[in-house]
Amino acid sequence: MGATTAKSAFGQGVLLGLPFILVIVPFGALFGVVATEAGLNLWATMGFSALVIAGAAQFTALSLMGEDAATWLVIVTALAVNLRMAMYSAALVPHLGAAPLGQRACAAYLLVDQTFAAASATYDQRPEMDLRAKLALFFGIATPIVPLWYVSSLAGALLGASIPEAWALDFALPLTFIAMLGPMLRTLAHVGAALVSIALSLAFAGLPAGVGLLLAGGAAMVTGALIETWSERRA
Amino acid sequence: MNGAEVWIVILALGAGTYLIRFSFLGLIGSRRLPEFVLRLLRYTPVALFPGIIAPLVLSPAATDGQFDPARGLAALFTLGVALVTRNMLAAIAAGAASLYTFLWLLG
Repeated sequence: MGATTAKSAFGQGVLLGLPFILVIVPFGALFGVVATEAGLNLWATMGFSALVIAGAAQFTALSLMGEDAATWLVIVTALAVNLRMAMYSAALVPHLGAAPLGQRACAAYLLVDQTFAAASATYDQRPEMDLRAKLALFFGIATPIVPLWYVSSLAGALLGASIPEAWALDFALPLTFIAMLGPMLRTLAHVGAALVSIALSLAFAGLPAGVGLLLAGGAAMVTGALIETWSERRA
Repeated sequence: MNGAEVWIVILALGAGTYLIRFSFLGLIGSRRLPEFVLRLLRYTPVALFPGIIAPLVLSPAATDGQFDPARGLAALFTLGVALVTRNMLAAIAAGAASLYTFLWLLG
């Protein structure tokens, strides 16, 4: 395993990352536009995209801040949206766990839905890859994805300032969440969790902003997990 | 929310998200999570998104909390496209197009 192997793995990673540009650029730009509409200045918008790099959680924070939820509730709820990344982190341990701490720290920063999906699929297909090649592949995948997330957020933020109110951008936020939700509704357990979430968030609408959502989300998570357990027992 | 609070959210969310990403890779190593915990983690987004969406659709701030048929129909149409195509961007594009169509027809 010479330097060439790692170099070619990096190149393969870049190629694997390229198609995600089609998702990252419009999604990042949309965040920039919606954040600007919500009253965030350029620095705050870019702070989100550079430090959080997680579209769904960024939109969650925007939505709760728009409702004037308490600061800690915004943080806790948006973090809950990101808990899935603990699974990604665990799934990468067999592949990258032996790397030096600094490289694992960098990989963790770059661990987003798209880099995880592409890297873990490739590691499964090619068990012969060694640690250096796996690391190079991972950083290769992230190369077209993460910088474009910053750039597209910036473009969206600059553009957002000049979009007139008649465009009804207030509704970009719920439509984006609906569009993210649709593809997730794969099983009965997912649909059950979603229905519980809707019912309870509406039932708890009188509670202080954000509290109802957290309670509804907790109950819905348990519902999803229980339905999954139950349907496995039946199968 | 004022500027300082926004930055508290950004910094706490950034640090917390980083710790989640770093958790197993950096700190916990190959210890296994209990199966039920993994199951709960799998459902976090699908458990939270509908709860975010429902109030925004049923009482939009832009119409002072009154249900707006154009926005409601656009939400339904977006969900339909998202379910059928399983494609987030296609659903956003279709949703935007339907919103403007319904706003124009009903507005």
